[in-house]
Amino acid sequence: MLSFIVRRILASILTLVVASFIMYVLTAYSGNPLQDLQASNAPNAQQLIGQRIERLSLDVPPPLRWFGWAAGAAGCIVPFATCDLGTDLNYTAVTALLPNAAASTVRLVSASTILAIIFGVITGIVSALRQYSAFDLGMTFVSFFLYSLPSFLAAVLLKEFVAIDFNNWLSSGDSEIGFVATAVIALVIAVIMQALVAGSTRNRVIAFAISAAATFGMLYYLDAVDWFQRPGLGAIGLALLIAGIVAGVTAVVSGFGNRRALIGAGVAGVLAYVSYFVLQGLFAVSTIWTIGILGLATLAACFVIGWLIGGPDRGQVIRVTMLVGFLSSLLVIADRFLQAWPAYLASPRINNRPIATVGEQTVGLTGDMWLMGLDTFTHFLLPTISLTLISFAGYTRYARAGLLEVMNQDYIRTARAKGLSERVVVTRHAFRNMLIPITTIVAADIGVLLGGALITERVFAISGMGALFNASLGRVDVNPIMGYFLVIAITAILFNFLADLSYALLDPRVRVK
Amino acid sequence: MTNSTTESAKTTGEGAVGESQSSLILKRFVRNKTSMVSLVLLIAIFAFSISAIGLGPIPGWWPLDYRNPLPLVDSGRPTLSVIPEWLGGAGITLGEHPFGQTRIGIDYFAATMRGVQNSFVVIVLLAGVATVLGTVVGAIAGYYRGWVDAILMRITDVFIVIPTIVVGAVVGRMTGGLGVQFLAICLGLVAWMGIARLVRAEFLSLREREFVEAARVAGASDARIIFKHILPNAMGVVIVAASLIAAAAILLETALSYLGYGIRAPESSLGLLVSDNQSAFATRPWLFWFPAFFIVTPALLINFIGDGLRDAFDPRQKRFSVRRTKELPENVEQRA
Repeated sequence: MLSFIVRRILASILTLVVASFIMYVLTAYSGNPLQDLQASNAPNAQQLIGQRIERLSLDVPPPLRWFGWAAGAAGCIVPFATCDLGTDLNYTAVTALLPNAAASTVRLVSASTILAIIFGVITGIVSALRQYSAFDLGMTFVSFFLYSLPSFLAAVLLKEFVAIDFNNWLSSGDSEIGFVATAVIALVIAVIMQALVAGSTRNRVIAFAISAAATFGMLYYLDAVDWFQRPGLGAIGLALLIAGIVAGVTAVVSGFGNRRALIGAGVAGVLAYVSYFVLQGLFAVSTIWTIGILGLATLAACFVIGWLIGGPDRGQVIRVTMLVGFLSSLLVIADRFLQAWPAYLASPRINNRPIATVGEQTVGLTGDMWLMGLDTFTHFLLPTISLTLISFAGYTRYARAGLLEVMNQDYIRTARAKGLSERVVVTRHAFRNMLIPITTIVAADIGVLLGGALITERVFAISGMGALFNASLGRVDVNPIMGYFLVIAITAILFNFLADLSYALLDPRVRVK
Repeated sequence: MTNSTTESAKTTGEGAVGESQSSLILKRFVRNKTSMVSLVLLIAIFAFSISAIGLGPIPGWWPLDYRNPLPLVDSGRPTLSVIPEWLGGAGITLGEHPFGQTRIGIDYFAATMRGVQNSFVVIVLLAGVATVLGTVVGAIAGYYRGWVDAILMRITDVFIVIPTIVVGAVVGRMTGGLGVQFLAICLGLVAWMGIARLVRAEFLSLREREFVEAARVAGASDARIIFKHILPNAMGVVIVAASLIAAAAILLETALSYLGYGIRAPESSLGLLVSDNQSAFATRPWLFWFPAFFIVTPALLINFIGDGLRDAFDPRQKRFSVRRTKELPENVEQRA
């Protein structure tokens, strides 16, 4: 194990060194770094050119100049040495430019990666379990379409049709869905739901009727209380949703047959519901740290509940209670954010047009944590969606193919033959084996996603690493590009390494050598 | 499709004329309706764009040029109409500027068709270069193993570390001004890693088979074994991977042109058209929709073709149905 890690690290460093050399030389030869000065008619242009050549040693040929850069960069890895990644054309240190840019990009990419994995894997599983159904064929087409949709097209479309249209609708005063739209949405959802249920005609008709009625009723209710102007879950809505989470999580993870799990989930749900009433006062003065501590406390409490109720199958009950506790407290937090929504809408800086199309925050907006949180949410919503779409298609396809492959294995037949329910077969025997190929894809995809962020950041004017790369490449500014390269290359190598380690975790037969 | 291998086994068993592997694959591909329709449509789009504005010095049937600004007609609105007169439309006509005009009056149909043509140039050259290079690297690494393999795979790792779009942007910044063909070839030089890995894996397993041993005993040279004996057996992997690269090539070129590092004005590219005109989305949406359509459609068609190719080369389709496994016992009971 140790020798595996050491060998991998050495190989990675070698790869990194060679790749950085190629990248450095290519970038340096890609254009003329003095162009802006040579074109300027400032009286001291000549002097500025001389200064730039001297300070960035532009008179040294790029392959040799790389050694200077590498010596400085090596200081970032070696402990107790100064980390020097050079400066950009304006003599700002790259080490000062990178952290802010990286923070933006990480915020963008991490949210969309998690969302893409969750939605992609769930859709893929459902597609595989309902192979060749209308839902499966529909998702196949959607994922092929998303494969073929360049990220800049997706981003521009989202801007036009989600942001601007939603804002227009919201600021028009009577933001009502209306009867026709309500009916259409209810029908569409009902059609999707009956395709999901599949099975006999009777089941499908029932699913269709129930989901149509539920959707229609919900949208009608949202219109009736003017929800989009004054949103919130309310005590009753929250109770219903938490009950839904309790039922859903129990049904999927342990099945209703496991009474202890059901009781544990119920207790966790009630705990979250009670905390909703108790904590409102604390929320009003909360910071991000308070929320973090509360979240950890919730998880710890759920763990204890699971432990106490657990009985013979303790691990599973703990999983159920913790999952219920986590999801329910997310709802409680979401409700608190929604309470800040009217104030956010009414703020003169927002003026009823909440979904932002550029930037990372509204300039000049001040408020408490909830208001600023909403502001971040509205700014990152569209870029996150557009990045999620890129990976979602791939994950769906791989999850579907992976599950189909696994479901044909002998051990699945054995599991069925010994009388396990289909739920246990899928969640316990198939799911984990299906995750093995997905891990590789996710790890390899991090690089692609960072590349996609290059375009998404450009369209949405987010000043992340992609924007830094873009601006620097335009000016043939080598050092910031190399800083960007270092960050994404190390990330990619790191994730590949983690993927290798997680194989061993997911598949006991694999021994890392 | 799933049964075709067993069918063919049956027919040969009964003394019928045996079929070659490639004709079986071709048959399976032709029988796949989605991919055949996609292939026909793709060729149709390609032929249409070439015939419209010509190829090189040969003029096409569309008289206008993609570089010359013309006076605006009807403030640049598209004159294309597809609704027949008897349905209350303006009849099926192209009109003076079927896709409208840009702000400065360039005919958008010519510009879009030129962009489509450039897309195809990029597909062919980029995918071609990447496929050939990746296949050769993968074949040599997989066949010789040992230190040759180690060195070649480390080189592959080096290129994989840099995301394609990043190194593509740098390469495009360097060569974008030198013409579409040159740009496509240079991008192909940085997009071969995926194929190389797949081909290597295939070669590692194929080189241990008996037919390779037989060829070696018969005195075949290494090059002959690699290209005449093993490579034909690995063609499935190569062709499927090439189709995926072709689809990715469209997206890479348009993305780079969108960022300004790909094809440059006055040459036309679909990504460039979207980038130039996205700010006018509210007032002149057609300037966005036409190039968008011609980016997504060919990429989608190629993906469908690639899917059909994969099925044709690997007919062991995983047909599994929960419903079947669940409902079979019930049916039996009902019948009894």
